[in-house]
Amino acid sequence: MSTPSKMRASLKDGGYVEVRMLMYHEMENGRRKDEAGNIVPAWHITEFRVQHLGRTVLEGQFGTSVSKNPYLVFRFRGGNKGDKLSLWWQDNRGDSRVDDAVID
Amino acid sequence: MHSCKDVDSGRRQALKTGGGLGVLGLFAMLGLLPPSAFAGADRKAFEHKTLNEALDALGGQIAGENPLITLTAPDVAENGALVPVTVESTLADVEQISILADRNPTMLIAHYTLPKGTDPYLSTRIRMAETSNVIVLVKAGGRFYRASKQVKVTAGGC
Repeated sequence: MSTPSKMRASLKDGGYVEVRMLMYHEMENGRRKDEAGNIVPAWHITEFRVQHLGRTVLEGQFGTSVSKNPYLVFRFRGGNKGDKLSLWWQDNRGDSRVDDAVID
Repeated sequence: MHSCKDVDSGRRQALKTGGGLGVLGLFAMLGLLPPSAFAGADRKAFEHKTLNEALDALGGQIAGENPLITLTAPDVAENGALVPVTVESTLADVEQISILADRNPTMLIAHYTLPKGTDPYLSTRIRMAETSNVIVLVKAGGRFYRASKQVKVTAGGC
């Protein structure tokens, strides 16, 4: 099972919501060798999407060179305190998960 | 340090194996946007090994450097596995932001789609194989612009 993502969203004085998120994932790039010298197969997040009350506020795709446990900060407008955000990701094995956060 | 470039065939095979797993079905299952609404890059864009090919795949090969894009990255990164990169722009109507590094085994690192209402501001962490340029391609109002910065990598971390 994958680990729940961390997401923190705060309404800032500038009128935007700043979202900080951490998606727990090994992000194996498929080029690393293990101790026995065998290649560790690629295993990484390929897509993610953040939605605010059902509307997409950011989506993206990753290759193999995003750091382990991808970390991302972004800002959007139109959010209010108490609104729910959801973060979805999927990896190249087809595993996926959705986690929620509330704007504070 | 693990070598990055000598095991390419294995990587490509793994990508092929993992690439096509049930993406569309999952969208439907989760009740998210239909796949046709996903304005992302073609997955193949992530496989290109030259900058020109990658920029071409994104549609932004002729993009010029633009001072309205601010790319913040360290001058020297001691750990190539964790290089902080922040992109900010004062361009209007930014729709897409792509992050690339021109000496990684594959050029394109991440590609983001920003709907209206999302500020042109992104901060993340990338892997860099060696000293090279971080390149940011921004699509705004239907046009492409770019910014780049050299990062000296003392221990590669692709």
